[in-house]
Amino acid sequence: MRLSCPHCGERDRREFYYMGDAVALNRPDPEASDVEWDDYLHNRDNPAGVTRDLWYHEGGCGAWIVVTRNTLTHEVIATELAANVKEASE
Amino acid sequence: MRVAGKGQVDRRKPVRFTFDGRTVHGFAGDTVASALLANDVKLVARSFKYHRPRGVMGVGSEEANALVTVGRGAHQEPNVRATMQEIYDGLEVRSQNRWPSLDVDLLAINDLAAPFLGAGFYYKTFMWPKAFWERVYEPIIRRSAGLGALSGEHNEDLYEKAFAFCDVLVIGAGPAGLMATLTVARAGADVLLADEDSVLGGRLNGEREEIDGIPAVEWAADVVDELASMPNVRLMPRTTVTGAYDQGTFGALERVTHHLSGATGRPLECFWRIVAKRTILCAGAIERPIAFKNNDRPGIMGAAAVRTYLQRYCVAPGKAVTVFTNNDDGHRTARDLKAAGVHVTAVLDSRKDGPDGEGYPVIRGAEVCDTGGRKALESVSYRTVSGEENLGTDCLAVSGGWNPTVHLTCHMNGRPAWREDIQSFGPVDGMVPGMSTAGACNGTFSTLGALNEGAAKAKEAVEALGFMTNAVDLPSADDAPYNLASLWAVAGRGRAWLDFQNDVTVKDVKQAVKENFRSVEHMKRYTTQGMAPDQGKNSNMGALAVLADATGRGIPETGTTTFRPPFVPVSIAAMGAGAQGIGFAPERLTTSHDACVTAGAPMIEAGLWYRPSFYPKAGETKWRQSCDREVLMVRNAVGVCDVSTLGKIDIQGPDAAALLDLVYTNTFSTLKMGKVRYGLMLREDGTVMDDGTTARLDKDHFVMTTTTAAAGPVLRHLEYVHQCLRPELDVSMVSVTEQWAQFAVAGPKSRELLTGIVGEDVDNENFPFMGCGEITVGGVRGRLFRISFSGEHAYEIAVPARYGESLYKLLVQKAEALGGGAYGMEALNVLRIEKGFITHSEIHGRTTAFDIGMERMVSAKKDCIGKTMSERPGLYGDDREQLVGLKPVGAVKQLTAGAHLFEVDAEPVRENEQGYTTSVGFSPTFESFLGLAFLRNGRARHGEQVMMVDHLRGVTTRCEVCDPVFFDPEGGRMRG
Amino acid sequence: MVELLANTPCEGLLPITVGDVSLAEDLPMCLTILTARKGRLESCSDLLKSAHGIVMPKPNRATGTAAARAIWFGPDQAMLSGPAPNWSLQNEATVVDQSDAWAVVTLEGVSAEDVLARLVAVDLRATTFKRGHSARTVLGHMAISITRVGEQAFQIMTLRSMAKTLVHDLQRAMESVAARGYSRRV
Repeated sequence: MRLSCPHCGERDRREFYYMGDAVALNRPDPEASDVEWDDYLHNRDNPAGVTRDLWYHEGGCGAWIVVTRNTLTHEVIATELAANVKEASE
Repeated sequence: MRVAGKGQVDRRKPVRFTFDGRTVHGFAGDTVASALLANDVKLVARSFKYHRPRGVMGVGSEEANALVTVGRGAHQEPNVRATMQEIYDGLEVRSQNRWPSLDVDLLAINDLAAPFLGAGFYYKTFMWPKAFWERVYEPIIRRSAGLGALSGEHNEDLYEKAFAFCDVLVIGAGPAGLMATLTVARAGADVLLADEDSVLGGRLNGEREEIDGIPAVEWAADVVDELASMPNVRLMPRTTVTGAYDQGTFGALERVTHHLSGATGRPLECFWRIVAKRTILCAGAIERPIAFKNNDRPGIMGAAAVRTYLQRYCVAPGKAVTVFTNNDDGHRTARDLKAAGVHVTAVLDSRKDGPDGEGYPVIRGAEVCDTGGRKALESVSYRTVSGEENLGTDCLAVSGGWNPTVHLTCHMNGRPAWREDIQSFGPVDGMVPGMSTAGACNGTFSTLGALNEGAAKAKEAVEALGFMTNAVDLPSADDAPYNLASLWAVAGRGRAWLDFQNDVTVKDVKQAVKENFRSVEHMKRYTTQGMAPDQGKNSNMGALAVLADATGRGIPETGTTTFRPPFVPVSIAAMGAGAQGIGFAPERLTTSHDACVTAGAPMIEAGLWYRPSFYPKAGETKWRQSCDREVLMVRNAVGVCDVSTLGKIDIQGPDAAALLDLVYTNTFSTLKMGKVRYGLMLREDGTVMDDGTTARLDKDHFVMTTTTAAAGPVLRHLEYVHQCLRPELDVSMVSVTEQWAQFAVAGPKSRELLTGIVGEDVDNENFPFMGCGEITVGGVRGRLFRISFSGEHAYEIAVPARYGESLYKLLVQKAEALGGGAYGMEALNVLRIEKGFITHSEIHGRTTAFDIGMERMVSAKKDCIGKTMSERPGLYGDDREQLVGLKPVGAVKQLTAGAHLFEVDAEPVRENEQGYTTSVGFSPTFESFLGLAFLRNGRARHGEQVMMVDHLRGVTTRCEVCDPVFFDPEGGRMRG
Repeated sequence: MVELLANTPCEGLLPITVGDVSLAEDLPMCLTILTARKGRLESCSDLLKSAHGIVMPKPNRATGTAAARAIWFGPDQAMLSGPAPNWSLQNEATVVDQSDAWAVVTLEGVSAEDVLARLVAVDLRATTFKRGHSARTVLGHMAISITRVGEQAFQIMTLRSMAKTLVHDLQRAMESVAARGYSRRV
């Protein structure tokens, strides 16, 4: 498997650390309800299809990356810098 | 038998090797199979289950019968295909799966028991008694059924792995592959051509035909010469592409020195990972057998294999050869035999409308219904409308048609499609992104068709990559049609083999259907058809057709099983190349490493780091003696310990303090410059992630320390918090772990030791407890931190790593002069247990700040990672297991880590468990074992007694529960 | 009087030559990580240019020469190799001394690419990875920075503590390639 780091270009999967769903970007307010925190931390979809997750280019430039990919075809549809995604969402 | 001809063996270079101890003569260019056939050795193997005599059947990696063991001792390699093993002087080859010898195999008794050994035999027979399976049945089955054996010795052979990149990968160097490579190469793209044969050319090496008016084999050699001269071409012979993976990645096994004798310094094999923008699969096709009674005798071979032995190796596999075919290819074999002067007894053509013979007899509408001879074929019985006849023959060349080698196209979950015209499955576009198929693997069987398709697919591929293609002249070549009337299995009683390698017959497949294993996947698993090392390359189609017939379905509805990597067996040693011994993982060495080793300290792994356990002195024979001495040395004088392995992260920027406030439970924005503070870090789910001290060097400049193990994960976490949660913060983080060599100097004489080494005054004013600052050591700029992990008056002194070894030696020398010295991990551990300081033994991923008694460190005034979740019900309260100290108070004085805690009179079973020990050590200070443990509601239970029970080691110790801080609870020694 | 003696990261390990490839230790006077302050990459680059004559490198590139080189190390980040950093750089960047944190070696020779192909899963062929191209990647299991500094020369940096493993892994690959008498074609 190869992922395209927005900085470094296409690299072997071994350079990346996998974290999980990109929902991790959306940290709830400390005062948010238990349900919101539970969803943020624990509840995950397991889609047969397109998914967005967070990867860390640990063996490369150190960027956190949002990867959009298809779990059925293994196609990597898009990769974006997590910092950009986060800033755009604010 | 060797016949006249040019071939591709070098008759000027005779080669001698041994087969089962007997010397065999061949020529350079021979394989074990061709050399054995040249010497009329027909019997080369015994079958998997029935121990039937078997001979060479094919000519390539699909060979199902002729598996042999090569080499001896540690170099022994089992299950090598005789058709792939090139010979060299001194090569040692042995047959396998026979006892006592290939010729007299007593295990052939299994063949007589065949009526009982059919599909499902094991499932039905060895059910009971249960205890017999491991002790009786399995050992017997393993001895009698199987393949070659491993030597059991450590494999000393060299293996290698490597990476390659190209614009276009061409897999297979037959007519389609050569033409594709040429087209890509001339367009200027980087092309890599991999082929599993030692000689490029594919089927062209085995055929008697012409391309562009010259022998095809010469045309192939000319193309290879041209390709070899081009800088953008990489030719990889003896390289089997074994798997297609995501994003254009392929695995490939190169057999580097299997064909050479002796140690060459070169690897035996290299496992390549090839990344290609486009791939053209030109993997060819595999000739399929036809199932008929006793179709597995030595001498029964593929018809195209017979042609290759003739053309390439100048070997006639028999003196009187019979051909059995359902298509025109069989006639080609007869013509070639005839041309080589070999007697063709007859072509038995199952079709009623087959072509006429060209100087050999053709019997149309004939089906082989039995064969005779045991260790070698002697006769063939065939059936026509006019009855059954018998032919004396010593070789039967069988052609049941061709199956495109679609394997790689299916590795990413694609399914091939049934093609009526070729009566087989063919690839479908887009099964592997970026891959196209050309030639026989695409069902295009004529040479001309393959050449044209190779060129066309190559043009498509390079143009898609933006290259201009120059016109490549298409050569003229044979374009014979492929006339075939499918015939999978000849009807009749008796055993007709489908899967030669796993001994699966037509009857077995029918039996599976009878027992309702009707799905192809179920049939496969019930009969084991296709599960041998050849993975059904020869048998899948036939078995499928028989299954379809037996279930009354069509072949397309029946479908194929899943093709998975690897295409051929790959040794684990090749995939894991370089990972033995020191290559397994990097070794991280501190600057004091050599000095520690010189001092005799056993080094233990701490993550990738190596740290000294203890420093044995003369007269100390047990580690405990050294450890006790080192602990008392720190308590009474001074000790020196390398702490460079702890993670150090330089954090700078106007928002550095804000970031620290977010990642730590406690507040760092209030930390004064020149001061150090202990910090606790939680995961977002409320459990403790790590702890350590952070120093504020300047307003916007901090240095965080992490535990050794968590250095990487903590930096990753900080980057996550910054990039993913708070990208607006103006802060940057750089690991400075390796920049500094840092040593703990601990003990009542630590200040005395540093005075004179450090250029500045080391007093309470400059360096109060938890103070830090810049210093100089012999003119070198360093840092000094007044922190303690031992409970003693202590410092950590840091200098740039190049001076580490020098400073370490100086510190130890001075410590020794003061009655102290170096201390290792064992003493460090005892010292911190005495003080109740935690490590990852305590913050092991299930403990909260509350559990370790630090809930007050979670600031109420601000948010932090993990704060909200740490307040969840269940993560605090009386039911939690809380950190306590344990002291033995009964007759047994030993404590062990990982033991369980029970109330004194409770039965020590799971339901009564009250907690567990995490760290223990013998404290020479208290002359007693001390332990840290988690005990339910433990903080309220100080003074109570509990039983520590270690079921594994058989230790039961009565303990008193106490505060985890055993030593100097007021901290006067650290602060003083 | 206290006197501290300095060791180099590859002390006693290098240089070595195997076949047509040599491996030698580089000892730049200073190594400094410069991270441009948020939103100030351009002004940081200008300042670097005026202070040391080189600009901040674009991703996957290095600027300058052996005397003063800036190697892209990450987002808005460069490793300044050679000169002691001018103090003014602190106005636009965070400046972290790394002079002792890295082992720096140069692998040079006809087969250098083939040696690296055994260890690095990045396309380092001359056609795609030209002089001045650089990558943060891994060699075996070690995080490295690799820069092509000549037609057949690569500068490789890894953490100081792994110097011995770096030399071990490279040496083994050099021996394997040399034994093959490697040429790219048959």
